Amino acid sequence: MSQLEAATLAALLATFLEESFEGLDRAEAGLLRLDRVPDPEVIGDLFRAIHSIKGGAGAFGVDEVSELAHIMENLLDDIRSGTAATPEICEALLAGVDELRASLRDRQDGRPQRAGGHHAIVARLVALRGGPAAQAPAAAPAAAPPAASWVVEFVPHPGLMLGGNDPLRIVRELVELGAQVTADTSRLPRIGQLDPTELHLGWTLRVPGSVARATLDDAFAWVEGDCVLTITRVELAQARTAEPTAAAPPARGDDHTNSRELGSLRVGIDKIDLLMNMVGELVITQSMLGELDTDGPVDSERAAQIREGLLLLARNTRALQESVVRLRSMPVGVVFARLPRLVHDLGHKLGKQVELVTSGQGTELDKTVLEKLGDPLVHIVRNSVDHGIELPAERLAAGKPAHGTITIHAEHRGSAIVIEVSDDGRGLNLPRILQIGKQRGLVAADAQLRDDEIANLVFSPGFSTAPQVSDVSGRGVGMDVVWRHLKEVGGDVNIETTSGAGTRTTLRVPLTLAIIDGQLVRIGQQSYVMPLLSIVETVELDPTRLKRLGTSEVYRVRDQIVPVIDLGAAFGLRARAETTSRLLMIVEADGAPLGLIVDELLAQQQIVVKSLETNFGRIEGLAGATILGDGHVAFIVDIVALTRGVRRGGQLAA
Amino acid sequence: MAEPRNPTPSTGQLLTFVVAGEEFGVDILRVQEIRGWSRPMPLPRTPSYIRGVINIRGDIVPIADLRERLGIESLTPGPTTVIVVVRVEHASRNRTMGFVVDAMSDVTTVEHDAVKPPPELAETSTTSMASGIALVEQRMITILDVDRVFPTPNLHDVDQAA
Repeated sequence: MSQLEAATLAALLATFLEESFEGLDRAEAGLLRLDRVPDPEVIGDLFRAIHSIKGGAGAFGVDEVSELAHIMENLLDDIRSGTAATPEICEALLAGVDELRASLRDRQDGRPQRAGGHHAIVARLVALRGGPAAQAPAAAPAAAPPAASWVVEFVPHPGLMLGGNDPLRIVRELVELGAQVTADTSRLPRIGQLDPTELHLGWTLRVPGSVARATLDDAFAWVEGDCVLTITRVELAQARTAEPTAAAPPARGDDHTNSRELGSLRVGIDKIDLLMNMVGELVITQSMLGELDTDGPVDSERAAQIREGLLLLARNTRALQESVVRLRSMPVGVVFARLPRLVHDLGHKLGKQVELVTSGQGTELDKTVLEKLGDPLVHIVRNSVDHGIELPAERLAAGKPAHGTITIHAEHRGSAIVIEVSDDGRGLNLPRILQIGKQRGLVAADAQLRDDEIANLVFSPGFSTAPQVSDVSGRGVGMDVVWRHLKEVGGDVNIETTSGAGTRTTLRVPLTLAIIDGQLVRIGQQSYVMPLLSIVETVELDPTRLKRLGTSEVYRVRDQIVPVIDLGAAFGLRARAETTSRLLMIVEADGAPLGLIVDELLAQQQIVVKSLETNFGRIEGLAGATILGDGHVAFIVDIVALTRGVRRGGQLAA
Repeated sequence: MAEPRNPTPSTGQLLTFVVAGEEFGVDILRVQEIRGWSRPMPLPRTPSYIRGVINIRGDIVPIADLRERLGIESLTPGPTTVIVVVRVEHASRNRTMGFVVDAMSDVTTVEHDAVKPPPELAETSTTSMASGIALVEQRMITILDVDRVFPTPNLHDVDQAA
């Protein structure tokens, strides 16, 4: 096999695996719906998914996968033509999906194939099918492979051919005996250094075990001493072990690791086309500006043209940037896909009936953010099933339907994506949470907290409410992990609960991490950035509408009372009394308005968000920093943190 | 952390500088660059010795005032004032930070034997940051452990790095 062929094959295999995993996810989702509603469309989709995997696996010689897929396909075909999809069948098919996934993952990671690991599940499926065993071709390949084989590694010295020996003759001879050949071209020199009289190839031959050792020795008798020759006998189990490694030339292994580390992204053609158009326009703008770069004075006409060109350039850049952001975006449905199976399995295990309803799967957000969202979502849903949803008897006693419902909804809200996970379970045990909070010293023993404040204590590090550690959740790593994951992507999480009626967890993450629209403001001598989308309005501050409430201040905007923070004082730039500004910016976060006193509105611009945590640490009230056009640093105000601070009565302002 | 915390292989090089008339040194392997003074953007809600952050080729780098950190009154920056940018390690996480000194001195090679542990004096900000005193001819150079000059990241950040 040439390097090129190997590379092509590796690429094809990678595509096959990627598609197969997607197919399996689809099949899994379909199976989970199947035991409730036998929708012909779902069955058709399922059938197709498994069928494609079977075909691909056959082509790539992943026998145990094609074998298992085949019997699953038969079962699905039965269902399609009217056989009832009993829960047993669905469970067995789900187990089959798991087994397929495991086999393909082994293949992907270059791990040895587990010989016969699929037999049990194949047998289970065949038994379920109940049809004549002859129809199941499962048994056929099991008999075929030889009990053992010889692995011959033949690496001639470069001078072998000078002695008049033709290595191909030997190779051909063995092929006639049924050998499979792999050439090792890794030692080939570059073409410039290649001496055609020298031999730089090596071969690995797999000869059936039925061939006598003496025959092998004879074949190599003439080249003894001119080559490195190892002949090993491999029993079946080991032969399978050796297979993938032997079949894969080194180049393929390397490619593979790389692609795994870097990760890949499947992007719709339309997005790429859009990007291409943008680049086209950028090129046109560039050439237009280039034409203006001629000798001679810059008169007012040329200045106007340059200005127009720059304006166009700004528009192109912005459009380009938006389409690149879109390129990195993926629908949240990708992370939702893991949840139905989780809910299904957990519900079974705990004897609870749980239905999962998802909506807004098409909402798109940045891939990096999305990846961080997967684990928290799983954790929250697991908590809901384990602690939230009651046992059917308990639910009926409480006058609720026997099956619990978990609803997940995603939507855009301003510059953020909001994902709500609600259940109709028993709700959080607030007195217990408060008690633990006090025990762990998270709140003062005599603290008076509102319900929502108590609920949000579960996000404190090391907090876990499970009275005893269950198999499912409550191992001490709890919601604080959720909180931390979300903080990492600049997001936030909030929990609301009603005793006996359920819990709602709201995750909020930014659309993208990299670039936001910002309003620059002056506070004292410094520039700060307000995320443009949180700004509601800016009003002239009328001192008669300002009122002190203890250490806080509020302002009346029309009929609304809004808490006020003087950012100059909050950031320690001056005392509150020194502030003479008459500018009040009304911002909104978590649905609550907040007034911020600033000195002056400066430009609006797109800013690239830089983390302060890279070289320093988190600073309460700042969401990050950015570098302005003149090279100076400006900080980005964290509106959400300020709003929370005001609600907690935390004196950010004093 | 494979690397020892203190610059004490058999010989080592120190970048030395002057703060309030005293000579200090840091392990030269930790130094990333030396920059002329540029006014940092003040960072709210941080210890007073953090002067703010500056932009170094697109990186946001916090700057400490070494005078203030040492408990000496800080100076108005003059023509010799420079910022030494160093690599700081906390909990196996590398960060880039800088500190302001009055003036640069030179690069001095120091024998391992010539570094004496700091005498057991009452804990002051200086003694808590010093890893030793190097005796080079007539000079006495206080060796600063850069990791102790800057605040450790809070617990949350450490978790993240781990």
